This record gives sequence, structure tokens and C-alpha cells, in this order.
Amino acid sequence: MMDVLGQPVKRHEDDRLVRGKGQYTDDIRLPGMVYAHMVRSPHAHAKIKAIDTRAALALPGVLAVYVGSDLKDTVGMIPTAWIPPNAEMKMTPHPALAYDTVRYVGDGVAVVIAEDPYTASDAADLVQVTYAPLEAVVNPREATESDKPLVHQEIPDNVAFHWSVGADLDDVFAASEVVVRQEFRQQRLVPSAMEPRAAVAQYNPATEEMTVWTTTQNPHIHRLLMSGILGIPEHRLRVVAIDVGGGFGSKIACYPDEVVVAYAARALGRPVKWTETRQENFIATSHGRDHVQEVELAGTRDGRIEAIRVKAFSNLGAYLSTAAPGVPTILFGLILNGAYKIPQASVDVYGVVTHTTPVDAYRGAGRPEATYLIERMVDLYARELKMDPVEVRKMNLIPHESFPYTNPFGLEYDSGNYEGTLRRALEMVDYPQFRRDQESLRKQGKYIGIGFSTYVEMCGLGPSEVAGAVGFQGGLWESATVRVHPTGKVTVFTGASPHGQGEETTFAQIVSHELGMPVEDIEVVHGDTARIAMGWGTYGSRTTVVGGAALHMATQKIIAKATKIAAHKLEVSEVDVTFEAGQFGVAGVPGHGMSFASVALDAYLAWSLPEGMEPALEATAFYNPKNFTYPFGAHVAMVSVDPHTGDVELMRYIAVDDVGNIINPMIVEGQIHGGLVQGIGQALYEGAEFDDQGQLITGSFLDYAMPKARFFPQFETDHTVTPSPHNPLGVKGVGETGAIASTPAVVNAVMDALAPMGIRDIAMPLTPIKVWNAIHQQGGI
Amino acid sequence: MRTAPFEYHRAQDLDDALEWLAGDGDRDVKILAGGHSLLPLMKLKLATPTVLLDVQDVPELRGILLESGWVRIGALTRYVDLTRDATVGDSLPLLSQVAATVADIQVRNRGTIGGSLCHADPAADIPAAVLALDARLVLVGPRGERRVNLDEFTVAPFLTVLEPTEILTAIEFPIPLQSQQSTYLKRPHPASGYPVVGVAITGDASPHEPLSNVRVAVTGIGPKAYRAEKTEGTLKGQVPTPELFRAAADVAITEANMSDEPDLSYREQLTRVYVERALYQFYGGVA
Ligand SMILES: Cc1cc2nc3c(=O)[nH]c(=O)nc-3n(C[C@H](O)[C@H](O)[C@H](O)COP(=O)(O)OP(=O)(O)OC[C@H]3O[C@@H](n4cnc5c(N)ncnc54)[C@H](O)[C@@H]3O)c2cc1C
Repeated sequence: MMDVLGQPVKRHEDDRLVRGKGQYTDDIRLPGMVYAHMVRSPHAHAKIKAIDTRAALALPGVLAVYVGSDLKDTVGMIPTAWIPPNAEMKMTPHPALAYDTVRYVGDGVAVVIAEDPYTASDAADLVQVTYAPLEAVVNPREATESDKPLVHQEIPDNVAFHWSVGADLDDVFAASEVVVRQEFRQQRLVPSAMEPRAAVAQYNPATEEMTVWTTTQNPHIHRLLMSGILGIPEHRLRVVAIDVGGGFGSKIACYPDEVVVAYAARALGRPVKWTETRQENFIATSHGRDHVQEVELAGTRDGRIEAIRVKAFSNLGAYLSTAAPGVPTILFGLILNGAYKIPQASVDVYGVVTHTTPVDAYRGAGRPEATYLIERMVDLYARELKMDPVEVRKMNLIPHESFPYTNPFGLEYDSGNYEGTLRRALEMVDYPQFRRDQESLRKQGKYIGIGFSTYVEMCGLGPSEVAGAVGFQGGLWESATVRVHPTGKVTVFTGASPHGQGEETTFAQIVSHELGMPVEDIEVVHGDTARIAMGWGTYGSRTTVVGGAALHMATQKIIAKATKIAAHKLEVSEVDVTFEAGQFGVAGVPGHGMSFASVALDAYLAWSLPEGMEPALEATAFYNPKNFTYPFGAHVAMVSVDPHTGDVELMRYIAVDDVGNIINPMIVEGQIHGGLVQGIGQALYEGAEFDDQGQLITGSFLDYAMPKARFFPQFETDHTVTPSPHNPLGVKGVGETGAIASTPAVVNAVMDALAPMGIRDIAMPLTPIKVWNAIHQQGGI
Repeated sequence: MRTAPFEYHRAQDLDDALEWLAGDGDRDVKILAGGHSLLPLMKLKLATPTVLLDVQDVPELRGILLESGWVRIGALTRYVDLTRDATVGDSLPLLSQVAATVADIQVRNRGTIGGSLCHADPAADIPAAVLALDARLVLVGPRGERRVNLDEFTVAPFLTVLEPTEILTAIEFPIPLQSQQSTYLKRPHPASGYPVVGVAITGDASPHEPLSNVRVAVTGIGPKAYRAEKTEGTLKGQVPTPELFRAAADVAITEANMSDEPDLSYREQLTRVYVERALYQFYGGVA
């Protein structure tokens, strides 16, 4: 049997998904099931004067209408689960249904339950809510000004927390030869998973058990939070996510909707289903990013970066979503120096509430915001010095012999060879030739540009002790159970919760490699709190790094026990037993041995086991990582800009990533492509915009430019392999690298193309009109 | 429901359809063709007809016929048919070219030429071809048949001269001379795919020869698609040169009715650039 580790094994899950046989939450149909439809605020900020539900209740088929005051006494507030340390964070009381004030367009005020979804939707239109509209604020920096309306009366200046790290750097900046300053706007993004959110809740009054099927990236976190909110003990609350159609962070949070659905199911004694529309997804599912950043970089005249200082206003929206406060702090601020050895750094983050959709993690979560900032600043610094941006990078990258490397914020980068990925990328692009072409094309009035991003990110979140120290209200270890059946086939239970990433396949590959059995004989089960004791879910590129490591540990326990049984059966000492390719043998005695499957059967028959051994063959392991892992790489974008229209054409894109050991190169490639598309989408196309009244003016795919496949060239990818030294599989995580690295590479390339016109920066997304306006303001070409 | 409640009727033929449209006056009857503009509006409750009159079985609205001097295209002809039909391909290559740029294959499989014209979206592709090919629209109502050109037909965004009791049955295209050349240059919106600007050009042309019978139609700019007649005047009788294209493009923006548009100067610039580039493309395509 071929060893499948490192092979491009086809994804096991795809057969059912592409044939429409997936089991998404909306596919669930239960006897007696009824349907919920939310009534949402059309105002960004208003007092609720009155709610009249009579007309809605009168519609035949309507079973109930619940409003905020119905839930108030029995349903708790929707909490946040990340409290950054030393930030004096104030909570934003978030009722499942608003009862006196609405704080963003989309805030839920009532729910209608009806026999069918169409009646529920019709009746929702009949719920009469009288609002007294109030002034709104949408921009995070402006929201902190003194004359602005408050989102929560208990939060003065709309600053929910102020988090800062690093020493006062005034002296360093004053003494420095060169200081570069720039303001960046990280625009807001709409995650837009292909499957909208949904929930089905069923309550069994006899057993007092509640089952909630929902679109979640982390069913156990959902269970923990919902247990508190609903007052249902965890042993009577089951959360299930069979297939989930993408999340990108937007399905981490515990939302009001699933809580309301569970409340209604219990109140009515009937299963209740709710599925959001795409329009609701735009306004009521968490958004990503949205910072205003004021950045300063200090360096020497010959190209050494000495310090970086950042003040960031992070827009959190109307309420603090589940992981929201951790994103612009821990996941952003602690890695601002990027892949560079910058001796001094400091960061100030204002977590600001506004009358907008809550913001939470979105692919990369914090690290794209940090990477964009540092990669853009390195280019601006190089430009200031009239040096080549590649030269400045080479001078400042952390050299491979410095690992493990402790960054100015105390993070320990595990391993790296940053020059190696840059070298490989430069080979792939033929940089000197590009510069020559650029020069001659400029003379013809054609503008091409090249942009680099030599990034590092942190993932595989993370040691639980660190989780606690940084205020995450959970552990960040992972669990795995390997159950070997009497026939020798295996079921794996993982506490991670893949929703498109392909771990049903990669995890089977790990087990196949370690136990020497075909991948077809291994089933990976995830996403059900009744089948998996505990876990923390899938986000932060942690699934293979942490969940895979737990799986490896559990498998090692299986091998250890099986080896003892084999030794007993073969009547040899344990140290003489060999195990290779699913076969137990005896060192030095060819032909003497037994298969793994027959050991499994013996374990279950238990007719003759070693003295004192328990029957069966099953092991559970809990892996608590020793550190984060730090994938890195060098990305290069080549663009051409049409000065007459402002169009940016991506000519080539080269991604050289080092994500440690690779279990399935095809899946890794797919993750990189998907990440690139999202990252480049941020650079060039996507941007959610609110007007002054807090209305989302990019509220559909007619206006919100979701990138299409035809917008991109064939990506050119390559890898170097620097295993993580502390991870048992040597893996580093790949889910977010593309989205983290690509945005600044593309913007750097466009700025390089426009350099002859003296253009330094354009706020993302670099739409044709903005690019053309920038050129036009410089007097055109 | 996702939509306001409505009754559904499937008309058997034109008379049946006209009868339903004439109705008794209390009912708001809307014709359903491909549904790709109407149904999204109904789901947003921006359109709330009480009767949906499905005309897909009406034979009088179907077919592509070669008549003396004309190609008659039934209003119900789908984009995909326009891209595949041999008669259209031979006689009206511009129409196939334009239809092929509409949306994606799913939309082209449903959307119809008549639906596009009656919907009167100022950012639609088909009007550019209809104007540049100088076609006329056949409207049938209780008082009989009338023929109008597209400029007369379209009044304002989403507004036409079509009476509530009338149906657009066909679009009649004069068969162009063998020597006619044509082209369409579209700038799709990155999100919706609808034209931000689209320029269609027809004319009798060969390199180094003066241009004649030239028509330039622009869509996506201003409240409705328009013939750029002054631009045509600039081009007529001239031998193609880059200076001529530039001059024509400069004239084109003076003809656009853009006063109310946001981002005016950028849209002017796009109009200029697309007219100019469409001219290059037009001449590039001349044998
Ligand atoms: C995703 C998407 C992308 C699109 N992209 C583009 C694009 O790139 N370019 C573009 O031009 N369009 C685009 N469209 C619009 C598409 O072309 C529509 O199909 C077209 O505008 C309407 O044609 P229909 O047959 O679907 O009409 P319907 O939606 O059925 O009807 C539209 C209107 O016309 C009326 N009507 C229809 N037929 C007649 C008739 N014979 N007589 C009288 N009244 C009639 C209807 O009552 C209704 O008011 C897109 C649509 C979608 C959904």
C-alpha cells in the first residue's frame, strides 16, 4: 500500500457535496417543523416606541410572534468571549431581540413563527414597529469624537476598550534619521460564505434536551455559550453542524438568531427552522476588518528599520461579537513587525462601537490588517530612501539562523527561512528583466508595477495558557478520538469542525500513514457535540496544526496498545515487535507476524489480552500546543495599470509559501488559491460602505464586487518546507496565508506602477475610479 | 411568500394574452418573459403585480424569420438563441456579439430580447445593438399594431411608451448590406456584470476608405441608450486615423445626457475611452 502522506488524495467529502448530497442545516426536515422569520430594524439607530403584532398574528398559519420583552427575563445577553487584558473593556449588552433601542440596520426586533416560511415572511412584513430614529455614527475614528451619538450609554466616547503594548517611542522617533508616516484604511468586508446562516432547534420536553443544528465553525463553543444564554445545562444541549458551506470567520460567533430559534422551539414545543436570506447575510452576519490606522516607521538612511508605532481605530460594530475584541488586539498588534527584525514597536488600539453590523474574525483575522500595514510601510520606506524594496526587505528580514526569534512583543517565532522563500520567488519572476521592461514601457506611456509581500503570520491557535493570558474565554487545545472497530476499520472523532477545508481527507491521510491502512477504511466525524466530547472548532488555521496533532497523539496511543497485544499474541517481548505498513512483525524473524486488523479483533474479543489490559482499541488525546506556528512566504504581484480608465490588470501572481510539512498538496494549493482570491479581492474589488445614516449601500452582489474566477491569472505557486519544530506533525497551517499575504503585494504593485506620477497611496479597494481620480489629481498622464 | 400574492396565467396565444391584458381594469397584469428582471423585483416587493401573465407559449412572440429586407425576431427569443442562430449570425453578427456579453449562461438561457427592451434598464446591452442596427419594435394592442424605433420606445429609466394593454411582439431588423461591419465594446460592472458603458458601431467600412452609413450607439451612460449622432457626423466620409477617433470620442461625451450622474468626470472619461477603443476595434475587425 502506498503511503498517502504528502499525496494529492482526492477529497473524500467532495463526492457528496458536488452531487448535492450534503447535509446542510437548511436540508434538515423534522416532523412538525415550523419556520421563523426575523423582523429587523431598518434604522441604524432608533428608539423602539411600540411594536404591534396583531396583524401578523391574525394571518392564518402564524403561530407566534415574539419580541424583545418576551425573551428579556428568560434569555440572557449574547456575550463576547474575548476580553483583552489591561484594556478596561466594557461589555455591550446585547439582547437576543432588541427591546428598547436598535443599534444597526439588521438588529433583530421580533421573530415570527409560522407553519411555512412564506407565511412567516409575509407576517414579518405585518409586524408594525414604531421607531424614533436617532443620529448614527459609522466611522470608527469619528465615533470617538466628543459630539457623536453614543451606541451604548454605558460606553463614553464609544470606546469599548483601549489596548496598548510597547514602550513610549518618542525618543526613538525624535532621534531617527528617517521617519515615514502614513494613514491606512482597512475597509470593511462582507465574508459572503456560499451558504448563508441557518438554525434548526428541537426541544424534547420529556428529556428536557435541546438539539440545535446550526451553521457553526465551532459547535462546542456554541454549546458553551448557548447553555449560558438559554439556561440549558450542557449535558442537555446538543449542537450539530453536519455540513457547513464556508464560514471564513463569520460562523464563529454565537448570534442572536440561533438563540431566538431555540427559545421559540421550547416555547412552542415544535421544531423551528430559520434560514437567512442573502440580503440578511449582508447586514446581519458579521463583517470583517474596518480599521483606520495611523502608522509611523523610523529607520536609518541606509535602510535599517528601527521602530514601528501604530495607532489604530478598530470598528467593532454595534455589539461585541464572540471573538471580536481579540482580532484587532492580540491577532493584530502582537505581530506588527511582520517578518522583520525591528527592535522597537508599540501599538495603541481603540476598539470602537458604531451603528453598524458587528465585526468579527474574517479569514486572517487581525493578521491581514497587520501584514498590510507593515508590508506597505516597508515599500514606502524604500521609496523614501530611493532604495529597491527587495533590498530593504533583504536587509531587514529575520535571518534564518535567528530562530526561534522573539519579536518585540514577546512572541516566539518557531522556525523560518524568510530569505529562502524570497530567493525562490525572485527566481520565478526574473526581477531584473521586469525592471527593464517597466522602464521601457513607461517611455511608451504604459505602466506596469511589481509588488512584494514577505509575510509571516501566526496560527495554530494556540497554547491554552496563552489563550488565558490574552483573555480568550476558552482553551485552545484540541481533542481527537481514534476508535478502531473490531474489523480494524477506524472512526476518528475530532473536536475541530472543518467546513470546507478538507480535513475529512487530510485526517484520514494522517491515520492511514500511521496505522498503515487505506484511507477508505477511515471515517472522520466532526461537528456534533453528542458524538465528540469536547473541542474548540475550526478557525485561525488551527485544525491540522492542533487537531491533527491531537489525532497523531491518539494514533500513537493506539499503536502502543496494539503493539502490546501483538507482543502478547506473538509471544515475544514488546521491544522486538515491529510495526510497518499495518503489519506487526518480529525483529529478525521474517514471516512471523500479524495484521493490525487481527490485533483489533483480539482487542475486542479480549479472550487473551496481556495481564491487566482493558479490552477494546480506542484512544483519546488532548493536544495543548506548545506555541503558535508561524507560516511565512514571499508573494509577488505584477500588475499593469491603464491610466486612461484606472483599470488594474493582474498579470502574474507568484506565491511561495512555507507552511511546514504538507499532508495533501492539492488541498494546500486549493487553500492558497482561495485565500489569494479573497486577499486580492480586498485589494481591488471588495468594500462594504455605509452612508451617514448607517445604511449599507453595498448590500447586494449587484454592488458588492465579489471577485470572479475570470478576474485572475493562473496563480504560480511553490513551497519551501521548514517544519514547525514543536508540532508533532511539523505542520504550520495554511488556511489564511493567501488572504494575509496577497493584499499588500497587489497594492504595492499598483503603487509601484504609479510611482512616476508621485502617487503614494490609494485607499482600498483600488477600484478603477479611485485609481483614475488619483492619476487625474496628479495632472493625468 | 417572498413576493406579494399574485395569480398566474399562462396565455395560449396572442389574443388570449391581449384579452388578459385588457382585463377589467382592477388588476395589475404583468407579462412574464424570462423573468430575470421581473422576478428579482417581485422578490424585493418593488413590483407587485396581481396577475403574472406567462407568455412563453404564445407562438406569435417566437421565431427568427428572414423576410424581404428584414429579420424579424420574436420578442421571446432568448439571448442564447441570438448567440446560436445561423440567420442572426449571418445577417446580424452584432446582435449575436452583444447577446453573448449579457450576464452568464444561466441568465442567457432565460432572458429574452423583448424582456430586456421592455424593462428599459439604462444599463443593458441589447439596446446598443438595436440602435446601431436601426431596428424597429412591433407593438400589438387592442387597437392593432404599431411600429416604433427604440429611441421613441424608451422614455426614461424603466419607462417605455408601451401601454398596459400592449405587447411587444417582435423586433424587426433591416438586413444590412453585405459590406456592413460592426462591433461592440463593453465594460462590465465588476459586481453585476451589467454594462457600465457599452459602445456598438456599425458602418460600411474598409481600411483607407471613407466611412459611410456609420451608426454609433452608447449604452450605460445617461438615462437611456442613445445614438451618438454628432459623433457619427464627425466620422462620416472620413478616412480612419487616430486623430479622427480621438476627435469623435471627444464629440461623443458632449452628446451624453449625463448631468445628473455621480462621478461625472470619470463617466465622461469612460465614454471617451470606450468610443475611441470601439473605433479601433471596429477597424481592427474590418477585413
Ligand atoms: C444575474 C443577472 C445578470 C444580468 N446581467 C445583465 C447584463 O450583463 N446585461 C443586460 O443587458 N442584462 C442583464 N441582466 C438582465 C437580463 O438581461 C434580463 O433577462 C432582461 O433585462 C429581462 O428579460 P426577461 O426576458 O428576463 O424579462 P422579464 O424579467 O420577464 O420581464 C422584464 C419586464 O419586461 C416586461 N415584458 C417582458 N416581455 C414583454 C413583452 N414581450 N411585451 C411587453 N412587456 C414585456 C415584463 O412585464 C417586465 O416588466 C441580468 C440579469 C440577471 C438576473
